[in-house]
Amino acid sequence: MDEITGGGLPKGRPTLIAGGAGCGKTLFAMEFLVNGAIQYDEPGVFIAFEENAEELAQNVASLGFDLKKLIKQKKLIIDHVRVERTEIEETGEYDLEGLFIRMGHAIDTIGARRVVLDTIEVLFAALPNHAILRAELQRLFRWLKDRGVSAVITAERGAETMTRFGLEEYIADCVILLDHRVTEQISTRRMRIVKYRGTLHGTSEFPFLIGEKGISVLPITSLALEHEVSRERISSGIRDLDDMLDGKGYYRGSSILISGTAGTGKTSLAAAFVDAACQRGERCLYFAFEESTSQIFRNMGSIGIDLSPHVKKGLLQFHAARPTIYGLEKHLVTMYDLINEYKPSVVVLDPITDFTVVGTKSEVKSAITRIIDFLRTNQITALFTSFTLEDSSPDQFIVGFSSLIDAFIGLRNLESNGGRHRGLFVLKARGMAHSSQIRSLILSDDGIKIGAMDLAGDRARTVEA
Amino acid sequence: MKKTTPSTRSHRSKKTWELRLYVAGQTPRSITAFANLKKICDEHLAGEYHIEIIDLLKKPQLASGDQILAIPTLVRKLPEPIRKIIGDLSDTERVLVGLNLREQ
Repeated sequence: MDEITGGGLPKGRPTLIAGGAGCGKTLFAMEFLVNGAIQYDEPGVFIAFEENAEELAQNVASLGFDLKKLIKQKKLIIDHVRVERTEIEETGEYDLEGLFIRMGHAIDTIGARRVVLDTIEVLFAALPNHAILRAELQRLFRWLKDRGVSAVITAERGAETMTRFGLEEYIADCVILLDHRVTEQISTRRMRIVKYRGTLHGTSEFPFLIGEKGISVLPITSLALEHEVSRERISSGIRDLDDMLDGKGYYRGSSILISGTAGTGKTSLAAAFVDAACQRGERCLYFAFEESTSQIFRNMGSIGIDLSPHVKKGLLQFHAARPTIYGLEKHLVTMYDLINEYKPSVVVLDPITDFTVVGTKSEVKSAITRIIDFLRTNQITALFTSFTLEDSSPDQFIVGFSSLIDAFIGLRNLESNGGRHRGLFVLKARGMAHSSQIRSLILSDDGIKIGAMDLAGDRARTVEA
Repeated sequence: MKKTTPSTRSHRSKKTWELRLYVAGQTPRSITAFANLKKICDEHLAGEYHIEIIDLLKKPQLASGDQILAIPTLVRKLPEPIRKIIGDLSDTERVLVGLNLREQ
């Protein structure tokens, strides 16, 4: 979020968040306060026009926000302003000094630096005299600015204007639009920064998600090519493959793609790599989108790779989930969260091609680009497998992000001498003098071996994995 | 101006009217509101009312109790239910309606 706004919301100025029902306005606002209180030691005041403190606390508890604790620590005040149209009669002139006093009092009580007004438009329903209300709101925003608090004001999206009552006219500093859309049965929340004075902000729409830890925004376009690269080499887990890669294996922190048709040993190569990493004592995170954990264990056991001790030692963590169980964005966020939490040095995504069922081509490409970028910035070595059809070129899937892949290994089923065996070749390996031969990949119960291509088909006894 | 019927009048006379006027400092508007209120009460509720003036500049913590937003606000605490009238109370008719002293 801070990245796309070029440094966060404006300090000491009001920000307007507009959006339709259920697009996460309240949550957005609450997260702004909670993060302020916890990370920046800036106490906050939440003026709730719609929900009371109890309801709010319940709604955000599922995101891990403990409002009661913050209230106890005097880092947060929730003031529920209830206005009932039926109770109120208007006679003559008035102003909203009462609201100002309440806010001022709340701000002074805890020395608040942040204020949220959610949703101020309730006032329009309660007070019939909109002329007074508009003048007072204008005064309110000026007052907030004068007090130097950073404020977030939420507003309902209007049919023609950005907000139903044209509040954007008063809050001129920063306007963010939230949107909730469903494409191909998968709902995505998006945000767009409409206006932000004095910053270079991203103007495109950014998908965001309400995950278990609050809101995550995943900018698509902020790919800065500024990451450090490592010269360290790590073994692929297969000595023969290391030999093909300059004799030393992959670069640490690089992105490796293993692409192949069905049953060519993609998962086996991934497992060998993970096995080697765990034996070096490194932490690995394995995302399996096609097979269950026990399936992988059994299959890898058949080629002499036993992964279970690594899991017991806590060096290896599996995360198996069908791609279709959530939308693409949710997958991304789950991965980001797990990676941030587990801090692995190796991450495997097996296979990435499965995402095509939950997103359009361009969405999947942008998602993969983001994952690669994220892993690389964190110096995590990433291994992806990609499934290709028998008759298609192995690099067909990665058109568009192939430039992000450092090492690209192709696997093919080859038929010769009346037998069928697996062919392995290094399509590309940046920064090393790699082999350009097609070799034969042999999966047997004593491990993975790579031999010369003239190997007879019958010697290449294969174990399905 | 219609006079309230004797029957409702006597029914109400057993109760005391508890009114609270919320103001923020001695502004011309709050002075006007108080003057208007006093006049209406003397006319319609002579001897049966009690007005408490709360200055929120002095006691800001009291604003949330009665859910005060607008200034001035008149709150009818008793008889129940609570009613609120916002503004300087210059429109006597609407004040009477607001206080339920007059049928709408």
